[in-house]
Amino acid sequence: MKSPLLEFTEKGIYCPPADVYLDPWKPVDRALITHGHADHSRPGHGHYITHHSNIPILRHRLGGLSARGLEWGESLRVRGVRFSFHPAGHIVGSAQIRVESRGEVWVFSGDYKTGVDGLSTPFEPLPCHTFITECTFGLPAFSWRPQDEVMGEINSWWARVKAEGKTAVLFAYSLGKAQRLLAHLDPSLGTVFTHGAIENMNEVVRGLVPLPPTRRITPETGSGELAGNLVLAPPGAHGSAWIRKMAPFETGMASGWMAFRGARRRRAVDRGFALSDHCDWQGLLDSISATGAERIICTHGYSDILSRYLREQGFDARTEATQYRDEDGEPEGELKPGEPS
Amino acid sequence: MKAFAHLVKTLDGTNKTNARVAALAAYFREAPDADKVWAIAILSHRRPPRPVNTRLLREWAAELAGIPLWLFEESYHIVGDLAETIALVAPIKQGPAGGTPSLARYLEDLIVLKGQPEEAKKAYLQKQWQQLDYYERFVFTKLFTGGFRIGISQKLMTRALSLATGIDPDVLAYRLMGGWDPSKTSFRSLVLEPQEEERDSRPYPFYLAYALEGEPEALGDPADWIMEHKWDGIRAQLIVRNRNLYLWSRGEELVTPSFPEFQALRDALPDGTVLDGEILPYPRGQVGSFNDLQKRLGRKTISKALLKNVPVILRAYDLLEWQGEDLRQQPFLNRNRLLTTLVAPLAGDPALPLDLSPALEIPGWDAVHKERGRSRDWRSEGLMLKKKDAPYQVGRKKGDWWKWKVAPLTVDAVLIYAMRGHGRRSNLFTDYTFAVWDEKTDGQRELVTFAKAYSGLTDAEFREVDAWIKKNTLERFGPVRSVTPTHVFEIAFEGIARSNRHKSGVATRFPRIVRWRKDKPIEEANTLADVVNLIP
Repeated sequence: MKSPLLEFTEKGIYCPPADVYLDPWKPVDRALITHGHADHSRPGHGHYITHHSNIPILRHRLGGLSARGLEWGESLRVRGVRFSFHPAGHIVGSAQIRVESRGEVWVFSGDYKTGVDGLSTPFEPLPCHTFITECTFGLPAFSWRPQDEVMGEINSWWARVKAEGKTAVLFAYSLGKAQRLLAHLDPSLGTVFTHGAIENMNEVVRGLVPLPPTRRITPETGSGELAGNLVLAPPGAHGSAWIRKMAPFETGMASGWMAFRGARRRRAVDRGFALSDHCDWQGLLDSISATGAERIICTHGYSDILSRYLREQGFDARTEATQYRDEDGEPEGELKPGEPS
Repeated sequence: MKAFAHLVKTLDGTNKTNARVAALAAYFREAPDADKVWAIAILSHRRPPRPVNTRLLREWAAELAGIPLWLFEESYHIVGDLAETIALVAPIKQGPAGGTPSLARYLEDLIVLKGQPEEAKKAYLQKQWQQLDYYERFVFTKLFTGGFRIGISQKLMTRALSLATGIDPDVLAYRLMGGWDPSKTSFRSLVLEPQEEERDSRPYPFYLAYALEGEPEALGDPADWIMEHKWDGIRAQLIVRNRNLYLWSRGEELVTPSFPEFQALRDALPDGTVLDGEILPYPRGQVGSFNDLQKRLGRKTISKALLKNVPVILRAYDLLEWQGEDLRQQPFLNRNRLLTTLVAPLAGDPALPLDLSPALEIPGWDAVHKERGRSRDWRSEGLMLKKKDAPYQVGRKKGDWWKWKVAPLTVDAVLIYAMRGHGRRSNLFTDYTFAVWDEKTDGQRELVTFAKAYSGLTDAEFREVDAWIKKNTLERFGPVRSVTPTHVFEIAFEGIARSNRHKSGVATRFPRIVRWRKDKPIEEANTLADVVNLIP
């Protein structure tokens, strides 16, 4: 039996004939990177190869590094193996990696979603023999509503909070979710203020796609200026002294996990908005069948559940362990010590 | 139903108690009367019996969602709430024909459904699931599943109702107690009108003590206080009115049928008497184990064997009504004198399951420390401190009654099984089973389970344990995972008795986690012999 085109090793997903890694979690010489989130693009690799939009994001997060950027669909040949990057629709620059050798095609999804978010290049399914899919929300309990509907809810929440003379504080992951929200918040309601971590990322993303204007919160920003306006902040800022200075305010959070009442209560936010940059259950199933792949490898998320279901549907499906955020891991922000249980 | 679902959505949408109470008060102002009565009934756990068991609910929901049952079950384990799971997996609604029926209408349906054949129930449920939107579907299904917990206690509901009606919350608490039937009661007669009929069975709202923080010396002059032992049984009111006897537990449940022996007191006590006290298991003339007492609850019939093996008494400590007169505003000392005059002569009669909880004068605070130290000898949980001039208040109030429990027993035990939690802990492994070492005569040792606990760690610690469990699962049994024995936790509990609930042959009362003993290897966890030694 010939050896597989991609293997799961303790350093990451490895391509033996080309001697390169895909989104490795330990330092390696040559890494192909799907996107800029911390669990997929780690520090310490010798050389980074990725879609060119990701390079400024990687440099912002990881500092100076040796990197090569490719266009969508542009081929890179390494020892007879052909690699190319294709849109994954997850965040700006996010890619799937297509790997082809001697007529056999594997696709590694990285993180992806099927809906169109208006910022990232939309996901396109790629015909392949083996599809490596994430399963972050691989449960039938996840079923996203259209972005317009959720953004409508967020904007009406802002309008109501504004009418009550308060500040709307919206928590969102700094890279991806924050910019997506920003692009669809209703500018007629007021000014969008940003936490420094988000504004730093906005500055990077503005070099790639246009974003509406924002104002960075500085020590000089008075709470009077914030009333009626909206503050975008990373989840880690929840409960901090930085937030408390904005009183009176209401809190909201935008994340796929907010589909669960338990998760909303655990976060102790006033409002949870189920808005995700990953596929829901049906999105995963539709994407998998659109690839035409017979062999499916399920990685991070509800991988055991999705692979069992796929096997029942006649796929050759299995689970592989990775070090991308693991099952249930609510990747979009962490709880902090000291929150009451 | 639309308004009630909207209320639940609003309650979900804020953390702030005042905002929650205001939302509920708004509902009580605006909803139709019949819906209000049902909302009160639901929020005070007076739902009609469930017409469908949860197994069928799961099967029918999985069928409607077009997924295999195992996949539904997996989703349920992760979501942590059955109604929410059904609301999430059922297909998005197609748009209802006409308006959504009222809450009262749905509950009438639910009552009628009870007698229907299974096929009719299934057709009804699947139709509703398809027609309702997400929140309506969630609330509707909640009516068919377990407790309706949405973070509104009875106390908050009473407060909201008081805001909406202008009636004093204590008066409302009284009116809402006892056994009323929401399908036969109007909002006017339940809430708005002073009630005469059925008053005989009505208990008074219980006065509950707060735990004493710090030392009793802070309470001032010991001469102003009385101490009593705190008994580990079921808090109850025993009512004799118009030649009938009623027994209410603190959960506002009428438990008269579970304790037929108390009927002997019907003739011993005059009409218009209400006693507050503790139902205690009392085998061989001394206080027994709380675990045995639980066997007496929730049964339709009490067997002769059970009556003989788990005899009970009421240990009285307060007199709330005497000769038909409400004594609650009188000072505790007066009530206690009357109580003693009434109960002391009866307590000596072996045919009457009644005695008196001694109310002890306090010569000085050192006497209180000393008496608390004797609690385990008395088989009590610690002490109660009651102010001599205090009235009998409504609900949990600070100031006049304090409980000062003995320090709990503790054991260092090994985490061996874990389950996902519910509510705000859904999707996290937070319910743990702990084991201790059973040392065999041949020198071998094995871990045997002795307690389950799911509280006592911070959120950060739970997350850490959760992440560890996911990486160190040995086996899965449905929702339960076994893990590599690695971590030691200090477990505290209030009492311990022999039981076959756990493999160790013991059961603990109120087990909870005190701390994660990261410093201890599993070899140093306690042994079963250590644990058995704690049994009184």
